[in-house]
Amino acid sequence: MADLIALTPCAGLLPLAHGGVEMVEVLPARLMSVAPFAGQEAAVSAQLEAQIGAGLAPPNRRSGAVTWFGHGTWMIAGDVALAGAAVTDQSDAWAVVQVSGARAEDVLARLVPVDFRAQVFKTHHVAKTMLGHMAVTVIRTGPDSVEIMVMRSMARTLVHDLGVAMRAVALR
Amino acid sequence: MRITCPNCGERDRREFYYQGDAVALSRPAPDAGLEAWDDYLHNRENPAGDTRDLWFHEAGCGAWVVVTRNTATHAVLDTALAERSPR
Repeated sequence: MADLIALTPCAGLLPLAHGGVEMVEVLPARLMSVAPFAGQEAAVSAQLEAQIGAGLAPPNRRSGAVTWFGHGTWMIAGDVALAGAAVTDQSDAWAVVQVSGARAEDVLARLVPVDFRAQVFKTHHVAKTMLGHMAVTVIRTGPDSVEIMVMRSMARTLVHDLGVAMRAVALR
Repeated sequence: MRITCPNCGERDRREFYYQGDAVALSRPAPDAGLEAWDDYLHNRENPAGDTRDLWFHEAGCGAWVVVTRNTATHAVLDTALAERSPR
C-alpha cells in the first residue's frame, strides 16, 4: 500500500508575520457539519452536549467545539454520531487560519465589511461574511485573535489577500 | 444599501443575491386555474413604492429573506425569514 503524503490546506503558505500581526494555520483533527432535521434541534443539541460537552450554539456564536455555521447548520470540531440530523465529515474541506496581534482588527477592516471592534464582536462571536469576494466564517478566539475558515480551494487566495493587507497595515 | 439579515444583523447588500418578487412563496393550488398560474409565473407589479422581494444571504448564513423595501427611496422597511412567512 502506498504511503500517501497528506498536505495541509495551507502547506507551504504559512506562517506569515508582518507588523506584529501573525497568521498561522489551525488544524482541527476532525470537522463535522451538523444540520438538524425539522423540529430536531433540541434533541440534537442534547446528544451533542452528552458527546462533546457543548450543545448547539445560538446564531453568530461558538460554544466549545460547536460553531454556528449558517442558517440551521453547525460545524463541530470533533467526532460525533447523531440521530435526527444530517452529519457530514468535512475534515479536509476547510482551510482554517488564525490571525492574531494588536492590529489584527485593522487587517480585517481592510477586507471584511463587518464591524469587528472588540466591544461589538466579542470572544466566541461568529460572523458568516465575505473577505474580498470569498465567503468566510470569522470567529473571535481572544482579545486580539480571530480564526478564519474558508473552503480549502480558497486557501491560497485567503493567505494572499490577508498577507497583502498585513503588509499594508504594517507600513502605516 | 444595507439589509438586516434576521440571523446575522445588518449587512452589506453585496452579501445578498436578489431573487425576485416574494409572490414565489404563494404557490397556487394545482387546480387554481390558468389565470392564477399565469399571474404566479409571469405577471409582476413594478411599483414605485413598497415591494416584497426574496433575497438570499448567499455570502452569509444562507437564509432566504423576505425584504420589504421602497423602490423610490431605497429604504429597507422590514426583513423576515422566508421559512416563517405565511404561505
